[in-house]
Amino acid sequence: MHFNVNGRDHEVEPDSRTSLLDLLREHLRLTGTKKGCDQGACGACTVLVDGVRINSCLALAVQYQDRAITTVEGLEADSGLHALQQAFIAHDGFQCGYCTPGQVCSAIGMAKELERGIPSALTEDLCAMSMAWTRDEIRERMSGNLCRCGAYNGIVTAIETTFAGESAR
Amino acid sequence: MSVSHKSVGFQARKSTAGVAGGKPDAEHPVGEPLARVDGPLKVRGKARFAAEFALENLTYAALSYSTIAKGRIASINADEAKAAPGVLLVLTHENVSRLSPPPLFPEGAAGSTLPVMQDASIHWNGEPVALVIAESQEQADRAARLIRVTYEPEIAAIEFETVRAKAKAPKNILGEPTCIAIGDAEAALAQAPVRIDNIYRTPRHNHCAIELHALTAAWEGDALTVHDSTQMVHLTQKTLAKVFGVAEQKVRVLAPFVGGAFGNKSIWNHQILAIAAARMVGRPVRLVLSREGVFRETGGRTLTEQRVALGANADGTLAALIHTGIAGMTAHNDCPEQFTFPARHLYAAQTFLLSQKVAELNIVANTFMRAPGEAVGTFALECAMDELAEALNLDPIELRRLLEPDKDPVSGLPFSQRSLIEAYRRGAERFGWQNRSPVPGARSEGEWLIGQGVATATYPYHRFPGGVAKIRLSADGQATVQMGVHEMGMGTATVQAQYAAELLALPVECVTFEYGDSSLPSGVVAGGSCQSASIIAAVNAACEALFDELLKLVGHKSPLTGLIRTDVEAYRGGIRHRRDTDRFQSYVAILNQAGKDVLECEAPASEPSEAKRYSMHSYGAQFCEVRVNTVTGETRVSRWLASFDTGRILNARTAASQFRGGIIMGIGLALTEETFFDERTGRIMNPSLAEYHVPVHLDVPQIEVMWNGSPDPQSPYGVRGIGEIGITGAGAAIANAIYNATGRRIRELPITLDRLL
Ligand code: FES
Ligand code: FES
Repeated sequence: MHFNVNGRDHEVEPDSRTSLLDLLREHLRLTGTKKGCDQGACGACTVLVDGVRINSCLALAVQYQDRAITTVEGLEADSGLHALQQAFIAHDGFQCGYCTPGQVCSAIGMAKELERGIPSALTEDLCAMSMAWTRDEIRERMSGNLCRCGAYNGIVTAIETTFAGESAR
Repeated sequence: MSVSHKSVGFQARKSTAGVAGGKPDAEHPVGEPLARVDGPLKVRGKARFAAEFALENLTYAALSYSTIAKGRIASINADEAKAAPGVLLVLTHENVSRLSPPPLFPEGAAGSTLPVMQDASIHWNGEPVALVIAESQEQADRAARLIRVTYEPEIAAIEFETVRAKAKAPKNILGEPTCIAIGDAEAALAQAPVRIDNIYRTPRHNHCAIELHALTAAWEGDALTVHDSTQMVHLTQKTLAKVFGVAEQKVRVLAPFVGGAFGNKSIWNHQILAIAAARMVGRPVRLVLSREGVFRETGGRTLTEQRVALGANADGTLAALIHTGIAGMTAHNDCPEQFTFPARHLYAAQTFLLSQKVAELNIVANTFMRAPGEAVGTFALECAMDELAEALNLDPIELRRLLEPDKDPVSGLPFSQRSLIEAYRRGAERFGWQNRSPVPGARSEGEWLIGQGVATATYPYHRFPGGVAKIRLSADGQATVQMGVHEMGMGTATVQAQYAAELLALPVECVTFEYGDSSLPSGVVAGGSCQSASIIAAVNAACEALFDELLKLVGHKSPLTGLIRTDVEAYRGGIRHRRDTDRFQSYVAILNQAGKDVLECEAPASEPSEAKRYSMHSYGAQFCEVRVNTVTGETRVSRWLASFDTGRILNARTAASQFRGGIIMGIGLALTEETFFDERTGRIMNPSLAEYHVPVHLDVPQIEVMWNGSPDPQSPYGVRGIGEIGITGAGAAIANAIYNATGRRIRELPITLDRLL
């Protein structure tokens, strides 16, 4: 079977039960994507598929053949860290670092959702074409990514400084 | 002498008062908000955790857990499991090798002394009864489900109501007296003009580190290498050596990164079983507990029932302070949840009765969880203080001022350093406490009632004995400091590089801190907020040894010739005379002159005797604002400010995160967290992150933290440790704010919607 991860092609024959998360971690040795529950409850396993964030622990690998899968390992450009990765460092958006790849991938997916005008539970005007980058919108939309170390303040600031500035430009 | 940095001529700076933020200072790296040295690895997903080490021929393990709380296994049928594809071994009590029981913390790393799967007996609902090894995780998981176990159940002690009557006083509480009685507190209470006397209850909690417990283990002959998610590499090494009957030097435990621990990452059954299985199949094994497995097989915080009774004189002083109660425990561990400890140090009173008991249950051994004792003890004590303030018609901060002792109220020892009242003053000013109405229900917005609350945070100073540090100085001007300690998010590698840089007067980029490996000099456990002080004491000793060696190396023609350690100080990448400051030579020059590429010195930390002579504790004032919905009963935390008095701060950025992390766990403790326990079956009912509710992004407001940074004159470099204090007082601050908002006094955690409707 053919998988495309971070722009690279892989031929693997996983068990039909193998999750996308385990495919990445155990077969492709891309251990940047983390397992925190294997039940869809923590967000540590968040990756982007065709730019959309998903919990890779709830995805069967075989269903993701030939899709564009992006993991934390695929965020860096030649110029170095993604701006959001840098912002996580600058604002101490982590402690142990275990939830971090999931937070980063989730935030990138979330930014696109906001851009596309997809409302959240907090959005007041459901028809609005553009969404405001408020801290509460970020919090609401990131609430599927748990951080037991409690780096939430830094994470929200990192996301806000990376994307809110960008959308204002 | 504990403050050994003085003897290497270190110029201790006054204090590191601050709030989060600030600019780096190259000359004095300590206290600066240096970004984490491992930040780039962590944000790129390149930090390697225990389950992420690739090994040739790796096998995968899965566990199966008992479904009764007490009794015996009548039969295990593993035929189907053994025949399932890919299965290499099904390990049960019938075929497991003889394993010595693991030594209990602090002698070992185990959370319980029970032998691991050595016979058919069952001690708790969730105890591992079988382990499957297979070629893939999917195969192991599937086979584990095919194992058929039948039981002969016995009557289990699982209902707290039943066992509480038989609760008994343990011999001691973590080495401290079980009962402290000063005067006749009950009599003084009965006669006091103002009395508060209530019962407070706190439930079971689970640590819920986001990294699942995991290990990757391989035997090579009788040598064992284990990548384990642990907060105690050396104790794990010692424990595994004992269990498997091999020499300690044959066991290597590595934990370069740990994805959160909070007290939970020690030795439980799973490591022992996986390692035993690896030996039997002759191949390396990886075991990652399922989230359910974490709840079933590793202990959490136990439940408590606490009585706090305060008898006040008309002037507000305390005639009696009573804090008693019961915690659930097992017969096989020693973790009595020391909730009476805060009352032993916080307030002056004429009489005291502080004592606690344990009630034995057939449960998974409860264990230490962030500020064991203090987290839940401050909930009861600090709510009671709030209740007393109201009864006396006093501001709660004013009451603390009235009750501030001038020496430790129980031991009579002097405080090494204590600025609690000052922390309150600074915090109150910044929070705007004077604008709060003491009248409950006075503020509202629409359907939301708004209230503010305050409570004291406190956590003892600990420095664990036995730490050894090594410093390696090389001729290219780089220094490496080594010690088998841990990084689970606290920022250890970062702050210790800063400290060593300051101690050696080197730029921080030139210093590397190595940790998380039992082949390094003996570390201490990452617990009790002890690492910073324990490491610094060992590094100080190693630095003294290093200076002695350097001064021996200088030879006859050096500006430093003839000097001894007490004459000199570290200065800009070298050593200079303290007074005759032109007498200087760089480390590089000394090593080059002596023709040495590297110089290594190792030394043990001094005995931690300071806490015997002084009452040493950290303090803080927690201020919060909550909004309680009158329709749904939902509580939202809308503001937080914490003002700490926790000794010197090594890094403003990582410290702020540590404080916040503790406070956030305190928000969970107050409002959402509870491990549900079925008292009929002894089974944990919500073993998942979907049903055990840790705070999520939207539950957490911006948390402001500030500190005075006053160095503790008795601790190494004035630090006291900050990992745990954030959770203390947090539960009470919220409960007190809820009272201020609603007039409802909730004395049972968590304060969920139903309790407010
Ligand atoms: S591991 Fe996928 S959501 Fe937790
Ligand atoms: S940084 Fe540890 S869980 Fe988020």
